[in-house]
Amino acid sequence: MSDVAERVKKIVVDHLGVEEAKVTENASFIDDLGADSLDTVELVMAFEEEFGCEIPDDAAEKILTVKDAIDFIKANAAA
Amino acid sequence: MRRVVVTGLGLVTPLGVGHKLNWERLVAGESGIRSISGFDASDLASKVAGQVPRGEGDGLFNPDTFVPPKDQRKMDDFIIFAIAAAHEAIKDSGWVPQTEEDRELTGVMVGSGIGGLPGIADGAVTLHEKGPRRISPFFIPACLINLASGHISIQHGFKGPNHAVVTACSTGAHAIGDASRLIMLGDADVMVAGGTEAAVSRLGVGGFAAMRALSTNFNDTPEKASRPYDKDRDGFVISEGAGVVVLEELEHAKKRGAHIYAEIVGYGLSGDAYHISAPAEDGNGGFRAMRGALKRAGLNPEDIDYVNAHGTSTPLGDEIELGAVKRLFGSAVDKLTMSSTKSAIGHLLGAAGAVEAIYSIKAINHSLVPPTLNLENPSESCLGVNLVPKVAQERRVRAALSNSFGFGGTNASLVFKEFA
Repeated sequence: MSDVAERVKKIVVDHLGVEEAKVTENASFIDDLGADSLDTVELVMAFEEEFGCEIPDDAAEKILTVKDAIDFIKANAAA
Repeated sequence: MRRVVVTGLGLVTPLGVGHKLNWERLVAGESGIRSISGFDASDLASKVAGQVPRGEGDGLFNPDTFVPPKDQRKMDDFIIFAIAAAHEAIKDSGWVPQTEEDRELTGVMVGSGIGGLPGIADGAVTLHEKGPRRISPFFIPACLINLASGHISIQHGFKGPNHAVVTACSTGAHAIGDASRLIMLGDADVMVAGGTEAAVSRLGVGGFAAMRALSTNFNDTPEKASRPYDKDRDGFVISEGAGVVVLEELEHAKKRGAHIYAEIVGYGLSGDAYHISAPAEDGNGGFRAMRGALKRAGLNPEDIDYVNAHGTSTPLGDEIELGAVKRLFGSAVDKLTMSSTKSAIGHLLGAAGAVEAIYSIKAINHSLVPPTLNLENPSESCLGVNLVPKVAQERRVRAALSNSFGFGGTNASLVFKEFA
């Protein structure tokens, strides 16, 4: 499951157009990576597609950092 | 009433990117109509279109120049075309607001006839195949017509009136006319105005073809397909692109030493109250729009040297417009020069009026009238009217009138005058 982190980071880099080095585990999508609220919705959709899982809205609201996303996916996704 | 002048021009058309290059190609008699590329047109009745030439290099459209790649999926092409044309026009005008007041008196009014049709088509497929949870959060803002004006204002920090016209094929002309009035009334000192369209898609072409509005007899010879006033014309050629001008209050422009291309002196509007797509047979709607524009300008028909016709190359529409021009101009029609630049670029729908306003202004500036391409055998009703067949003609243009007529029976005419 170690590649979950790499796959999450790649999605973040592709969608937000940020440098890979900036996408640390503690980086906040909105505060550190320049995302707006619509970008974060789109990111969550991309995670769902990549990992074949469903992220309910109340869970999505709590995914604020790269680490939040990795942790959620590790706990909930099959792939 | 305050006077309004044009101080910046921007074009993205099938002839390329940039107003100078557009003009060179237009008066050289080049055509921007090609076989449709980028999507499957094999089962469409019309297989020709005026598509903006994409790529790297002079006159080619590269969206990365105007919008970062990661943001391009947040907007349909009609918005990117508008951003590109506005970029050129604003740069051309040299207007850079310095103060908060400057910003608050600079507005945007760029409309579109259809908006994000390709995006709506894709969104519908996503909904159907994958369900509502897969709809992008950018689907709505990518397709909304007023987001062209929205993005331009955000990019440049223009905080004045932010508006968008939607009047089918009259959109570009109405936007320029209405924006000029906002300046005349003092709601703004500077307005970025025009029209944009990017509906050359399977759904767009299929839709207009269903109305039997498009040319279908020239699928093997695309450059011959748009032939306004010619006996063999058989419908319009669908095209895409954007035209944007910077309009400015005269004293504001003078004070900063801006180059003035022309003054907008007349604007007339009317409704046919007749049919959803066919123009009223007596041409009364177009007639009243032109008459209203001349009245507002304080000009007589003999003061107009050039009419940039709506002239879409449909059998009915061209005839009716010509009749209205003859009726309005009377004996002054003898000295008039009239052409349809849609013969070269096709019909840019909501962008057409703005692009053609720019061509009209260039005709004034260059004392040169662009040709009506493919006018080989004029209809009999064309007798006595100089429609500038195939080759550009040199002549002084003191004032030019540009016509735009749209589905729903909405008509607009603009009059530009040389600025001395």
